[in-house]
Amino acid sequence: MNKTKAAIAGLALAVSAVVANAGEVEVLHYWTSGGEAKSVAVLKDLLTQEGHSWKDFAVAGGAGEAAMTVLKSRAVSGNPPAAAQMKGLDIQEWADLGFLADLDGVANKAGWDELLPKVVSDIMKFEGKYVAVPVNVHRVNWLWANPAAFAKAGAEIPTTWDEMIAVGPKLKAAGIIPLAHGGQAWQDATLFEAIALGMGGSEFYNKAFVTHDDATLRSAKMVEIFKTFKATRDLIDADSPGRDWNIATSMVINGTAAMQIMGDWAKGEFTAAGKVPGTDFICAPAPQTEHQYTFNIDSFAMFGLDSDDSKVAQETLARLIMEPKFQEAFNLNKGSIPVRQGMNETPFDSCAKASMASFSSTAKTGDLVPSFAHGMATTSSALGAISDVITNFYNSDQSADEVVVKLANAVKASM
Amino acid sequence: MANQRRFTDMLADSMPKLVLAPSFLIVMVCIYGYILWTVALSFTKSRMLPQWKFVGFDQYNKLLNNDRWAVSSENLVVFGGLFIIICLVIGIGMAILLDQKIRQEGLLRTIYLYPMAISFIVTGTAWKWLLNPSMGIQKIVREWGFEDFTFDWLVNSEMVVFCLVIAAVWQSSGFVMALFLAGLRGVDSEMIKAAQLDGASMPTIYRRIILPTLKPVFFSAFVILSHIAIKSFDLVTALTGGGPGYSSDLPANFMYAHAFTRSQMGLGAASGVMMLGGVLAILIPYLYSELRGKKQ
Repeated sequence: MNKTKAAIAGLALAVSAVVANAGEVEVLHYWTSGGEAKSVAVLKDLLTQEGHSWKDFAVAGGAGEAAMTVLKSRAVSGNPPAAAQMKGLDIQEWADLGFLADLDGVANKAGWDELLPKVVSDIMKFEGKYVAVPVNVHRVNWLWANPAAFAKAGAEIPTTWDEMIAVGPKLKAAGIIPLAHGGQAWQDATLFEAIALGMGGSEFYNKAFVTHDDATLRSAKMVEIFKTFKATRDLIDADSPGRDWNIATSMVINGTAAMQIMGDWAKGEFTAAGKVPGTDFICAPAPQTEHQYTFNIDSFAMFGLDSDDSKVAQETLARLIMEPKFQEAFNLNKGSIPVRQGMNETPFDSCAKASMASFSSTAKTGDLVPSFAHGMATTSSALGAISDVITNFYNSDQSADEVVVKLANAVKASM
Repeated sequence: MANQRRFTDMLADSMPKLVLAPSFLIVMVCIYGYILWTVALSFTKSRMLPQWKFVGFDQYNKLLNNDRWAVSSENLVVFGGLFIIICLVIGIGMAILLDQKIRQEGLLRTIYLYPMAISFIVTGTAWKWLLNPSMGIQKIVREWGFEDFTFDWLVNSEMVVFCLVIAAVWQSSGFVMALFLAGLRGVDSEMIKAAQLDGASMPTIYRRIILPTLKPVFFSAFVILSHIAIKSFDLVTALTGGGPGYSSDLPANFMYAHAFTRSQMGLGAASGVMMLGGVLAILIPYLYSELRGKKQ
């Protein structure tokens, strides 16, 4: 009897202790598909283990476009969620409007500065203070290839863009579409970005798409890049307009197409189809970008809150996201790699290992560049302007000389 | 006693006003208020959120120099024009044919009207599959043995806008038919009999007597169709996604992209105001002629 009483009292004490500083975090995200939802569940479990509660606020659709629209209306009405999934330069825009919370307390304690490459932490900071937490890294400049298709055509997987163009007729003669591509603006931009980085180099890339140097945008090099970009048109089948990226990936999986330039989220499609990296499919860096890395980072921006309990819960969330346990579990589900440096590589597959090695080595050489096609390098208005120009060029008979002028003007107008 | 009666009289007098007041207020704020708000926004440099720094006609300048805007407004003219004309022609044709006292008219009418019950998203998705060269109409006809048959408008940036017309006409012409059928039923049969006695042929009767009496129906059909055309957004999103490139973009898609996803609210607002201008350019002459007609 006494024992039960004591147990109850102890339990009550424990509960009250938890309740005392238990807060709720409302998390806006757009990870709703199978693997992604599983990844989010990991974070939710970790947070509830710490005694806080998670209020799910998932808005599906449009690669986060719908979520951003909802976020704007919530923020304007003075009731933002505690954390919102947000990418790249959007973080700066929100911080500039004064909506985001200062996370330096958590960041300094956990030493985020040492754990993250500088290009990455710069995106997460506003005026030197952390306002967002990175979750994962996607490498965008991947070439996915079907080795069986190459064997059938008697061709080698290309390592330069010239080889890429040259291998086209051989593959076509074997009845294989050389390059699987979906004609959507962001996919056009993803392909273009890989060509620009490969042919122009990292410095050129940064000048053109991060700092928007006018002379670089109009340069002869850019004309050449656009010419190669147009030449890849011959590698693509006529039905590509409007095709989703995963449909294009399935063309590589079943061998109707030989290659695809796409970020490492494509790997999920291959593994879901039961394919093994290295034998059934090859993940190689996009041509001429072996020592370069275009990153696309998902992150959570933390909004300023009034309630102290919620603030505690919010900081716990931020801390948990950067901890190795979450970084590993999440990224194994999602197919990306941990953003935190110095993680145990063993559980990851060969493509992810290659990506991790390249991520840390390029971080040192300065060849780790933000993906502009995925909103890491420029504001959404500049990105919109650039991708309009690129996709229109790709789908019309505009000349490369014309388009660089259009590009430079569009970038200027969007500023 | 007398006081009470006066009060109930007063209440009865002001009842219509009281009942209408809430909806009037909502319309004033939510429609006209926000129109003014949008106009004001279009003169500011608002980006992600509204921002009251006025920049004059800068946004309109940007808009008129924007290639994508030029393409989308051109598309609207082509799409809207063809859509309205073809819908009217098919709608009138079907209404006249259905008006010949045929059997199973109710069933046929339902079949033709049914597409209207489907949203543009569904229409767009279904037509996307039908028009896709590698799995739709082109593939079927080729399998029938016509190897050279090509119907690749959906992936051809010059022709893609006609795909929008096909899908939209499929959806809306049944509705136009219903409007005209109702109109035809309202035509006085004595008039037709009199014309027949005078020896007029059926085509002449339709051309000279029946269709002219349907003028109000023409107007309603025209107004409804033109606003469907101007606000078309979902059809483009589902059918083409604006592609190839942005060759099938319409102004509504341009407006949404800039105001909501590209953090260029000022530019988006300016394009919204331009669209409103387009609607007014159609509506004002119509309203003017209608109102003047009534006074006479």
